[in-house]
Amino acid sequence: MKTIKSLHARHHELSDTHHQLEVLNSEIFTRHYLPTFREKLKTSGLLPLKPTGIEVFQMNVGYMCNQTCKHCHVDAGPDRTEVMTKETMKQCLEVIINHTIKSVDITGGAPEMNPDFRWFIEELRKEYSGEIIVRCNLTIILANGKYLDLPDFYKKHNIRVVSSLPFYNADKTDRQRGEGVFAKSIEALKMLNKAGFGKQDTGLILDLVYNPSGAFLPAEQSLLEADFKRELKDHFDIEFNNLLSITNLPISRFLDYLIETDNYEDYMEELVLAYNPKAAEGVMCRNTISVDHAGNLYDCDFNQMLKLQIESKAGTHISEFDLESLNERNIVINQHCFGCTAGAGSGCQGTTT
Amino acid sequence: MQKTYYDPADLKKFGDIAEYGQDLADKFFNWYNDVFKDGALSSREKCLIALAVSHAIQCPYCIDAYTSDSIKRGASEEQMMEAVHVAGAIRGGASLVHGVQMMNKAKKMLM
Ligand code: SF4
Ligand code: SF4
Repeated sequence: MKTIKSLHARHHELSDTHHQLEVLNSEIFTRHYLPTFREKLKTSGLLPLKPTGIEVFQMNVGYMCNQTCKHCHVDAGPDRTEVMTKETMKQCLEVIINHTIKSVDITGGAPEMNPDFRWFIEELRKEYSGEIIVRCNLTIILANGKYLDLPDFYKKHNIRVVSSLPFYNADKTDRQRGEGVFAKSIEALKMLNKAGFGKQDTGLILDLVYNPSGAFLPAEQSLLEADFKRELKDHFDIEFNNLLSITNLPISRFLDYLIETDNYEDYMEELVLAYNPKAAEGVMCRNTISVDHAGNLYDCDFNQMLKLQIESKAGTHISEFDLESLNERNIVINQHCFGCTAGAGSGCQGTTT
Repeated sequence: MQKTYYDPADLKKFGDIAEYGQDLADKFFNWYNDVFKDGALSSREKCLIALAVSHAIQCPYCIDAYTSDSIKRGASEEQMMEAVHVAGAIRGGASLVHGVQMMNKAKKMLM
């Protein structure tokens, strides 16, 4: 597989989050060609943006990944070395167990590449009966012999597996995720199906994530789901539960792609014009908290990647987790947020309206 | 006055035609929006028809708009190219079928 390097490894100017924020606040906004996200939220009566509570605890256990997808908002890749330590995992565990958390959402990079990943899941499952999501990129299952039993491991711990597949053919998938990724993803999906994931009446959930392979907004989720179900069943005999349709946010490598292909302004304009107040009400940061590999807290995974730290009076680290203070915070917003409020809305659980 | 007849930026100003005639523009855009809603044909099928027609009438604005809309509605490159071939086939066929008229006339005139 041809490997490309992360922006970080290339010392690309966009690996500097200040520079990303400058681009996001370029003259299309400062010259008032387009309203800012703040202005839009104000007209919807949602400023300051407030949380409704914390239901989803999202942990980014490291930026290391076996893939280097073109659109990756994490700028993940094999060259990233940031991984969450066992110490930080223990702190997360304590917070989860001592609060009413509906769902623990484990993401990366490829979360499975964290050396303490299995230890953490085992410890968590001992004391937590809620939903545990693992965002598995599929190809990791085949990347090394030691990962081949992941489907059984997920089954044993009743994990909800959420996996990216941008399209049901090799051409579009490989253009976004790398040569040969589609074929390996199909193989991994078959293994997950074999373990019972995505199959009727097993209770083992396998969801797929669709995101557009280019500078456009996703089609209607139900329409895409029907296409994916038909095509994957007919051609590969693969089944899954739900398709989550996610809009690409203009940050990190997707921002780089937009700029390189001269699509940035048109895409931003499209996001702004598609602003939907209903979607703004349901943005995921209102019920989610995101923790990075070092234990820092953020309103969401996107803010984490832009290093927009949470505004909690009690402190910004997992060791200072204070529910009351977090529930009182103002959510940190910027122009990238338009990606969450366009059309039917978008979050880690798909559309939000 | 611009130096070329077509400017991609003008597509976004389509709605401005209301400036010189609000009532008719309102009627047109309402009807236009209804035409493209899901009905007996899905909105994706309608986009692909629009893409084919755009090529038949060779309107650069429409080609721009319906390429984007077809992609957004999940149409594949193969489907879009097949739609363009349909337009080409109809245009080519429309010329060729007039060959019969030519032949009729020629046969009448010639011994
Ligand atoms: S999109 Fe997912 S699989 Fe692709 S590089 Fe990023 S973290 Fe890895
Ligand atoms: S990018 Fe994050 S902070 Fe902004 S609206 Fe989306 S979820 Fe909320």
